[in-house]
Parts: sequence; C-alpha cells; structure tokens
Amino acid sequence: MAESILFVIAALAALAGAVTVVVARNPVYSAVGLLGTLFSVAVLYVIQLAHLVAAVQVIVYAGAVMTLFLFVIMLIGVDKEENRVEPLPMQRLWVGVLAGAIIAFAAGITLIGDFVWVPAASSAVIADNTNGTIQAIAEPMFTDWVLAFEATALLLTIAAAGAVVLAQFKRKAA
Amino acid sequence: MVPVDWYMGLAAALFLIGALGMLLRRNALVMFMCIELMLNAVNLTLISAGRVMNDLNGQVAVFFILVVAAAEVVVGLAIIVAIFRRRSTASVDELSELRG
Repeated sequence: MAESILFVIAALAALAGAVTVVVARNPVYSAVGLLGTLFSVAVLYVIQLAHLVAAVQVIVYAGAVMTLFLFVIMLIGVDKEENRVEPLPMQRLWVGVLAGAIIAFAAGITLIGDFVWVPAASSAVIADNTNGTIQAIAEPMFTDWVLAFEATALLLTIAAAGAVVLAQFKRKAA
Repeated sequence: MVPVDWYMGLAAALFLIGALGMLLRRNALVMFMCIELMLNAVNLTLISAGRVMNDLNGQVAVFFILVVAAAEVVVGLAIIVAIFRRRSTASVDELSELRG
C-alpha cells in the first residue's frame, strides 16, 4: 500500500517535471523540471530495490550533469526568446497526429489484447535476487561485464579530452 | 507491490514527452534535456524489467547507460558552447546549414 502511494506521488512528480521541461519558455525552468524528474525516477528506483542505482542517479545526474547544464545555460544566456517562425509549415500538426497514433497503438495493444510488457517469471516475484546492494551489483559488473566496464572508462577519458579540445578558446587570426 | 505494467506505462509516457520535446523545441539545450528524459525512461524500463525477471543485469546495464549519458552531455554541451561562441545562438533553426 505504501509502495503504491509512493509510486503515484513519484510518477506524478516525474510527469510534471517532464512536461515542464518541454513547455517552459525559460531554459532554467526546463532544467529545474528535469531535476524534479530525475529525483522522482530515483525514488522509483528505491521502490524497486535498486539502491545503488538510485544513489548514483542522484549523484551523477542531479549533481554533476544538472550542474553542468545550469552552468552552460548561465554562460549562454537565458533571456532569448525562441523564434516562432515555422520553416516547415504544418509540421506541428503532423507531429501531433503521429504521436496520437503511437499512443493509440500502444494503448490499444495493452488494453485490448493480453499483451504483457515483460514476460515475468511469476506474478509474485520474490525480489531477493535483484536487491541492488553494492556487493550484488559489483559481482556481475566485474566478472561478466568487465570488458564493457573498461570500455566505458576509455570512453569517459576520450569524452573529457574531447570536451577540453572543443572548449579551447581559439583567438581568430587577424 | 506495484505491477510492472505501471512502471512501463510511466516510462513510455516519459519517453514520449521527451521525444515530443525533441521535435517541438528549437533551443539546443532544451533538446539535450529531452534526450536525458528519454534516457531516463529507458533506464526505468531496464530496472523494472530486471526486477520482474529477477535479473540483476538490468541494473548493471543502467550503470553503463549512465556513464555513456554523462560522456554524451560533456561533449554535447562543449559543442553547444563552441557553436555559441562562433554564432552567438543556441537555436538549431539558425544552425541548419552545415557550413563553417
């Protein structure tokens, strides 16, 4: 029961934050909305026993990534209104039609047929196996996934070097 | 226990909102945030499916997605800043031509 209440609150907060990201005119409001969504998703992770992932979500996303976003927003300037000229007429109408069709399709196969999102082992799962403690996560990460782990380490190094190169201030010659 | 369908529905809604924002907004920064929104929706599906299928690999995959998303944000924001220095705009409509 408590889980259901928590789920509803976190889900509504996540959706509200997501809508804020899209509709807010000011990018700072979008960033704050995204922050709310990230926190709410972290709460949903905790409900599902993914404790370590939730902690990393808050530290990496809400901490590092959002700080970077806000920093760049402040750097670039937030006052500029988006221009509302349509280069492609009717594109918004077609996007709306397409989105409505996709929603109708997904809702249709969910509601009409006996479509299951995830083939569950059983309806009442004992979640001991997926209790995401640090030990439990580290065991597959450093055995089965160790190559991917090393590859992401290399990727992060390359990304940091690339960011430094891109952000280098080059004075224009003459 | 909340049924997994609810989580999947919520993740689908979050992904849809992110995709719509990607299509509707012109500010490159907001488009980037919408990408983050979509990545989070996918992470939520991985965690939920991993719990229902009693498999820890879903959570490990989310870790790698987090790392790749962080790298993507670093490079992407650096590109936006570099573009802003040259053109002093962050609107993708004014950057539509691929010339220097």
